[in-house]
Amino acid sequence: MKTVLTALLALFCAAIFAAPVAAQDTMPPAPYAYQQLDDPALEEAARVLMETLRCLKCQSQSIADSDAPMAGDMRHQVRSRIQAGETPDEVRDWLVERYGDYVSYDPQVSATTWPLFVVPLLLVLFGGLMFWRRVGRKGESA
Amino acid sequence: MIAEIGLAALWLSAALAVLQLLGGFAGARAADGVAPLSALVRPAATLQAFLCSIAFLSLVYLFAVTDLSVRLVAINSHSMKPMIFKLSGTWGNHEGSMLLWVTVMAMAGGLIALIERRLAERTMMATLAAQAFVALGFYAFLILSSNPFERLTEVPAEGNGLNPLLQDIGLAFHPPTLYIGYVGLSVAFSFAVGALLTRAVTPEFARVMRPWVLAAWIFLTIGITAGSYWAYYELGWGGWWFWDPVENASLMPWLAATALLHSASVLAARDALRTWTIMLGVIAFSMSMVGTFLVRSGILTSVHAFAVDPERGSFILGLLILYIGGALVIFALRANTIAEGERFSLVSREGALVVNNIALSAILGIVLLGTLYPLLTEAFDVRVSVGPPYFNPVGAIFFLPMVLVLMVGPLLRWRRDEFSRIIKPVALAGTIVLAVLVGVALLNDIGILSVLGLALAAGLAIASWAPLFKRALLRTPLAVWGMCLAHFGVAVALFGMAADSAFQKERLVAASVGDVVEVGPWTGRLDSVNALAGQNWTAMQANMMISYDGGPEREARPQSRNFWTPQMETSEVALLTRWNGQLYVAVGNQAEDGRWQLRLWWKPFVTFIWYGGLLIALGGALALVGRVIGDLRRRRYATDVDDHDELPLEPEVQPAS
Repeated sequence: MKTVLTALLALFCAAIFAAPVAAQDTMPPAPYAYQQLDDPALEEAARVLMETLRCLKCQSQSIADSDAPMAGDMRHQVRSRIQAGETPDEVRDWLVERYGDYVSYDPQVSATTWPLFVVPLLLVLFGGLMFWRRVGRKGESA
Repeated sequence: MIAEIGLAALWLSAALAVLQLLGGFAGARAADGVAPLSALVRPAATLQAFLCSIAFLSLVYLFAVTDLSVRLVAINSHSMKPMIFKLSGTWGNHEGSMLLWVTVMAMAGGLIALIERRLAERTMMATLAAQAFVALGFYAFLILSSNPFERLTEVPAEGNGLNPLLQDIGLAFHPPTLYIGYVGLSVAFSFAVGALLTRAVTPEFARVMRPWVLAAWIFLTIGITAGSYWAYYELGWGGWWFWDPVENASLMPWLAATALLHSASVLAARDALRTWTIMLGVIAFSMSMVGTFLVRSGILTSVHAFAVDPERGSFILGLLILYIGGALVIFALRANTIAEGERFSLVSREGALVVNNIALSAILGIVLLGTLYPLLTEAFDVRVSVGPPYFNPVGAIFFLPMVLVLMVGPLLRWRRDEFSRIIKPVALAGTIVLAVLVGVALLNDIGILSVLGLALAAGLAIASWAPLFKRALLRTPLAVWGMCLAHFGVAVALFGMAADSAFQKERLVAASVGDVVEVGPWTGRLDSVNALAGQNWTAMQANMMISYDGGPEREARPQSRNFWTPQMETSEVALLTRWNGQLYVAVGNQAEDGRWQLRLWWKPFVTFIWYGGLLIALGGALALVGRVIGDLRRRRYATDVDDHDELPLEPEVQPAS
């Protein structure tokens, strides 16, 4: 009896954990991989978001630019979640949680990325300083 | 036999580079530039160009006949490939493209040795020595770690084939064009080092360097433009710029070279910005080398892959450190001995060009940072992605103000000017910018960057021609026409980019035969889908009839292709071009229910991006022709009066007053 229960439990667990996998891999093609949402506003929000998500299987392409099956699955995920009412930021956070920062092309200020934002600021300051120094000496005195 | 001839020619070229280096160095040490070996320097450079061409043509021949006993051919080619792709496959791989690299470098060195006679002999010797020194490193790299002529002991029956994405006419032209630009900048590097070593940073030096930089820059511009269009139609999703590290690698030398061209103008006309010009000369080619390192070391696929097989990467990295570091050391030692040069006030042509230089350098800094930063963090096992959402707005911080200054700058006089003098054209351009800004912002709900881009493009399109106002057009120097045309090209390209991102319409559907698809003003009908076969692929082709706004129907036949050596699927898109944009149609796979995935984009004015790029290059070409004609005239004048001290100055770009 105990073994039967264990087996049932195992089956049940397998079913639970396999469900998302099946949704991804064994239902080709995911409906929204190559199809747009009906609501233009939602589709637009999804498109803008997809253009900032990295296709993890490609070299430097967003999931909006890729034929890779994984990119198709991710497009499907993004569109279905947007349609279900999630905001683009929530979808992005969910994907980042799942795949890491690497999936987002839009780096957020963090302990690892701060130089990306400080350096342009410094460039503005430094450029301004250079300009001021170059032309600070008036042509009149020459 | 042919492979051995090629390899021998390469070794001989390297030996000649040693001779050129020694002779050039000896010449540069002598006060008049004449030393025992120095007479051999120019012939050594010219002969090197010839020998490298032989090596390169040998490799082309080996690919043409598909000589599978050569390792490179066996790995990258296939006897069943169309001839054009056999030929272009020569540079579609690491070793071949590095051979193209050194060949272009030798040709550039040979050309300056052959025809450049305006500089003091001493500076020229130092320049050619620097050119040989850089070339030597790359000969060593090619021969020691990337020998393209290596033979196989066992000859395979068939080759591995070429990546199908590269089996396109784009590969025939894009890399050679880009490489001529990339490596042509080595001349600017060598001139800068030569001038530093001999302390000869003068307006004359800038005039000598300018046409060479201009020529390299023209090729670079065409190469980047063509590369962008190639990616656009080959990848099948309508994107034309991905901020991919490989793309950035070609953009960075372009940004530096563009800045260099403008600062060289200041040096040539006004003897100002001396150290700055030298610095940019060094940076431009340094960026070419950084790009080569990024693309050729394998570091982009993964930092860790690079660490596992670091031979090639470390070699190029070593060369980078040696050349860039060496040049910067020379710069640091000599920069303080170069006087600042002439002064100028805030409102002057020089002032505007300084803004151009700072903005372009800052954009270069951002692109470099955004490209290298992910590699840096990956080395510490933190993976981040830097992409369009970063590059676009951060780059725009510098690019958009630069465009504003660009409208005004060419109208200003050298040294010192008043805004009140040019108030009318400035007011006109300002009105146009504001009108478009308000109009577009009110009419449509589109992104702020696109709105600003459209407005500035409109203003610049008019303002770029203002320098011709009130001038005798036929007597206006070609260089001025070139400048106006290139600046107009910037406006056209900017307009295309902004319009595409603001007004693009996308339609992704699963369609059955007979279905009607609408996107923007276009209506298309899927008539049939049929199979087809080429020399090394099979395809499914969708046959569509599409009309614009109820007009006559046009055919569109996008294909989904399957190549079999190597196995790969690609999209051959159908493009319907109108004056106001392009319809982009791609077909994907068949779904289980028998419907076909169709992807359609209506991209208003997207073609303006590449028209703009071509106009920029054409403007450069006009300026180059103008400069060369001017030089020839002055040379004739110089021999007529035989008095070098009283050469008339080259007419510099100056607005009519």
